[in-house]
Amino acid sequence: MKLKKFNGLGQLTIPVIAIALLVIFNLIRDPGFFSIGIMHNNDGNVVLAGNLISIINGASELAVLAMGMTLVTAACGGQDISVGAAAAIAGSVFVKVLKSGNSISGGTVLLAFLLACIVAMIFGSFNGTLVAVFKIQPMIATLILYTCGRSIAYWINGGATPTVNSPIINAIGSFIPGVPIPTPVLIVVCMAIIFKLLFKFTSLELFTQSVGINGSAARLNGINATFIKLLSFIILGVCVAVAGSIGVSRLGLINHETLLIDIEMDTILAVAIGGNSLGGGKFKISGSIIGAYVIQMLTITLYAMKVSSTDVKAYKAIVIILLVVIGSPVVKKWFNKVIDRMKNKSVAAQKGV
Amino acid sequence: MTVKKKDSFREPLTDTGLLMTITICIFVGMYLLAMLLLKGGFLHAQQIFDMLNDNASLIIVSCGLTIVMIGGGIDISVGAVTSLVVMSCVLYLNNGGNIFVSLLLALGIGLAFGLVHGLLISYLEIQPFIVTLAGMFFARGMTTILSVNPQKLDHAGVNAIRDTKIEIPWLGYTARNGNLVPARIELGVCVALLCVIVIFVLLKYLKLGRNFYAMGGNQTSALMLGINVKRTRFCSYLISGLLSGISGYVFMLHTGAGNATNAAGMEMNAIASSIIGGTLLTGGVGNVIGTFFGCMTLTTIKKIVVSSGLNDPWWQSITTGGMLCFFILLQSVVLGRRAKSKKA
Repeated sequence: MKLKKFNGLGQLTIPVIAIALLVIFNLIRDPGFFSIGIMHNNDGNVVLAGNLISIINGASELAVLAMGMTLVTAACGGQDISVGAAAAIAGSVFVKVLKSGNSISGGTVLLAFLLACIVAMIFGSFNGTLVAVFKIQPMIATLILYTCGRSIAYWINGGATPTVNSPIINAIGSFIPGVPIPTPVLIVVCMAIIFKLLFKFTSLELFTQSVGINGSAARLNGINATFIKLLSFIILGVCVAVAGSIGVSRLGLINHETLLIDIEMDTILAVAIGGNSLGGGKFKISGSIIGAYVIQMLTITLYAMKVSSTDVKAYKAIVIILLVVIGSPVVKKWFNKVIDRMKNKSVAAQKGV
Repeated sequence: MTVKKKDSFREPLTDTGLLMTITICIFVGMYLLAMLLLKGGFLHAQQIFDMLNDNASLIIVSCGLTIVMIGGGIDISVGAVTSLVVMSCVLYLNNGGNIFVSLLLALGIGLAFGLVHGLLISYLEIQPFIVTLAGMFFARGMTTILSVNPQKLDHAGVNAIRDTKIEIPWLGYTARNGNLVPARIELGVCVALLCVIVIFVLLKYLKLGRNFYAMGGNQTSALMLGINVKRTRFCSYLISGLLSGISGYVFMLHTGAGNATNAAGMEMNAIASSIIGGTLLTGGVGNVIGTFFGCMTLTTIKKIVVSSGLNDPWWQSITTGGMLCFFILLQSVVLGRRAKSKKA
């Protein structure tokens, strides 16, 4: 009975198992791994500190991007591999606007963020047009921006890597004075709530799923498939701008070469670990968010085990393969068969008694 | 309809043939334009040979990727596997290894990656993107575990092979000081061209090759035709892995050093080459000859950008992106038109 309830988690089985395994592994390895301490940071604020906080904080950009990527994956049946490059562009615009005035006030930051959003949405709709109107495979269409995105970012700030010094930017990147939780975590929570509200009050979720499952059937039912696909890319654009701004605020500078580098692969991985089919259709944003935290927890665990940052990839690959093998349809079928057989045996044994 | 009947005795171009023809035409046109406008190096035959010398391993990898893409899959681990092969062969040879065994090592690593990818993708039905992404992470990680620092190849035998070049005097040119510089071709180029020819024959005339097209075009109907889809898919990844191994060896012969950042971004270049050459990621359409010309087109764009004096590093990637955009849109429009006229 207990096993059946376990299968009832459905799509979220794999990410939840993964997180549970990682937590257990870490607790055995070092019982104090998840202890949360209270510290005073350089500005004298009371803040939370510890491995758990750094995991949740560090995965913020990934989680935000994974939310948008889930929508694109569900609607188009393909992935956007240009998110890292687009985030570099959005970050560059963000810094460019911040540096244009004499001083940085709250209004400037808001304006900079809005402009970064608009630019990212324009690039998103470029990708979206190629995918939705010209019917090009998403990976191929976004390969264009992947190739030249970071060069465009280079061009925006003239090849320089300007730094931004401002208490407001600091507050966005690390802690708001008086709040012990890192600000990026709060932003992720806000984004998650916005998505939840969006799904609650509009039919976006239903429409996206039906377009992903069968585009022409959705069209015959009166859903504008082209618009839904385009919209998913534009929403991803907003996510990209948010992630880029967090990334810039965290470091206090924009480096177009290294900002959120290789994040596109991690994002797609987060979506896949979250149990979403990369071929489109049904999706769960919560799965992708958990997936993002799984990846970050894995990375931090490996760091804690004194694996050097260049070697982490090899170990990560082994864990990923193990996860997807457990989650693969063939293994699942085999697993269910074994469970059924065990159940039948126990029933037979009971009957025999 | 009457027009169609008139033409019916001539076999119309397939999608594959059409896209390939467009690519070849554009390549030739672009090269001729460069010869007319930029002159300089483009007038010497050595320019083409240089492009081949620098890109031999890219061509080999792209051939493997073309097969995988025709079968409807994707393999993004090829660049990382190439890098791993280079590093392990260099380390093995520097520790007094045998040339023959090092070649076996290269092929073995490539085959091992192809084997694991194929098993996981075709028999466990895991998404190819994730499996090969993990393969890419693993290969890159292993490369840095082997050595973080660049390793120079120091082996007399291999260095002798590396310096062996085929010289063709009549294609050479007279340098400014009056010496005749013969055209030089590296051995790797011969390997690359051999790979292209072998795979062309495989795809065109062998049963396995035709099965790739059938599987990529429509998996269900391929299954109904009695094709062993699982084994065919397995073979496609195996071939791609093997070619990554060969490409690693060729890369080593070209650069003569192992480095953790070797072949960085090669997988995306290979995908771009295949696309420019007319392979569709959806599967069922593609040709290695097109892929070969795709590689050459990509390189020609870069050469043209450099020789027109746009030396800023960002010009190269922006023009490459622009060209990619142009090719992708062109293919989409051409194929869309054809589909419409077929329906009508």
